[in-house]
Amino acid sequence: MIEFRNIHKTYDNGVHALEGINLKINKGEFLFLVGPSGAGKSTFIKLLLKEEEPTSGSIIVDDEDITIYSKRKTPYLRRKISVVFQDFRLLEEKTLYENVAFAMQVVGASPKEIRRQVPMVLGMVGLSDRAKQYPHQLSGGEKQRVSIARAIVNRPIILIADEPTGNLDPDTAWEVMKVLRHISRRGTTILMATHAKDIVDVMQQRVVALEKGRIVRDVQRGIYGYET
Amino acid sequence: MKLRSIQYVLQQSFRGIWRNKGMSVASISSVAASLTILGLIMILILNMSHLAGLAQSQFDSVQAFLVDDLEPADIEVLGKQIADISGVAYVQYESKEAALANMKERWGQQGYLLDTLEENPLPNSYIVHVGHISESDHVVEQLNSFTEIDEVKYYRDIIDNLIRAAELIRSVGLLVIVTLVFITIFIISNTIKLTINARKREINIMKYVGATNWFVRWPFMIEGTLLGFIGACIALILVYFGYHTVFDMVTTRFFVIFSAYLLTVQEMMSRTVMMFIVLGAGVGALGSIISLRRYLEV
Repeated sequence: MIEFRNIHKTYDNGVHALEGINLKINKGEFLFLVGPSGAGKSTFIKLLLKEEEPTSGSIIVDDEDITIYSKRKTPYLRRKISVVFQDFRLLEEKTLYENVAFAMQVVGASPKEIRRQVPMVLGMVGLSDRAKQYPHQLSGGEKQRVSIARAIVNRPIILIADEPTGNLDPDTAWEVMKVLRHISRRGTTILMATHAKDIVDVMQQRVVALEKGRIVRDVQRGIYGYET
Repeated sequence: MKLRSIQYVLQQSFRGIWRNKGMSVASISSVAASLTILGLIMILILNMSHLAGLAQSQFDSVQAFLVDDLEPADIEVLGKQIADISGVAYVQYESKEAALANMKERWGQQGYLLDTLEENPLPNSYIVHVGHISESDHVVEQLNSFTEIDEVKYYRDIIDNLIRAAELIRSVGLLVIVTLVFITIFIISNTIKLTINARKREINIMKYVGATNWFVRWPFMIEGTLLGFIGACIALILVYFGYHTVFDMVTTRFFVIFSAYLLTVQEMMSRTVMMFIVLGAGVGALGSIISLRRYLEV
């Protein structure tokens, strides 16, 4: 479903971020992207979101090469590939419900769809009863669950989680992981970049390790494999 | 764009204007000031070219004043001779009585002043219509050779001067306007930048959940356009009342005859309304597009 074909990325300042990445991500997979800082994880994600263009190689999403896509089509790609960040990126002046509905408004969904879909995803992340609250009334874990709800409300084919537990203490981190696992079991493909050794080790999913811009390990039911 | 999106966009635009009241007022004033100055220049330019046009159409003729005490028969013969000059389209006789009546009419309300004249000082004349203004020099030369003709009145110099002045005002005015437009675009783009800064987070999120650039752009575009539009309306009101006052002053306190040479307030407004609104709104929209460019690169 998503495939990196011999991807190289060299930034203008001469840094070789990725050097020959070949990777296939299958539908419904839960994949951890691990590796030390500067290994190329961020670049990997930026390429998938078309925030950056690869220097060479192609990236296939849903049978289409997104590297030859025009920039104008990026918004439509982002509706298929959604993302959750370490810092949640919620709008403070909007309620949870509005934060999630906002993602549907900007893609022009009908009010009817919004009324149906938003409560459903809030239910999936376990926040149905808090829909009218504002982000400042929530814990970090809850905020991250809202941002996950927002990311999946437009039914993407893959959810990218960039260090989603990076700002959270271990207990709330697990709340978030449970939500991600739940979503994964319902069929959403998940790619999670992380430094959280214990999470990777317990989850027992596919682990892809990057080092110096290359894939050094790709195992099913893997472990983190680095000292933290 | 879908209807529900339009509602969202309008709401965001008004919110933006309200959030940066200070800068919004500055932008509106700047548009209003620029366009008011444009209005002044327009008043000058339009009146000058109106005058030049009027002069051209009225004075495509040469007036040949006849010496006094010519016999009616001689006058008639002279008329035929003038009509035979090459370049003359047709000839019109104006007796001294007709000339006085015409003058009285032109003076309008002040016409009664002429009633006190004891005898008519105006000469008989032939009004010689020239086929094309370029032939007038040659016609005048021919007319001057007749002894029956006392004086030839010919307005080409005046027309030339008028046209030259109108052209000068037009090019200086254009320069001033272009400068003002650039300054205004700059001020508006700064105002929009403030709104964008307040909504940077929102724009970033919008881009990540797949909003198109135009969806992000619209509220800012409309905000800028509205600022420009409001500024244009203020400028129109100022120009309207300003011109109205000046027009009334000139025509009532000075000479009624001037009113024939000035564009009426209605004529002036009909020529400026569309121009101002398009310019104001366009400048506003352009200002916002310029300030947005950087933020859409996510």
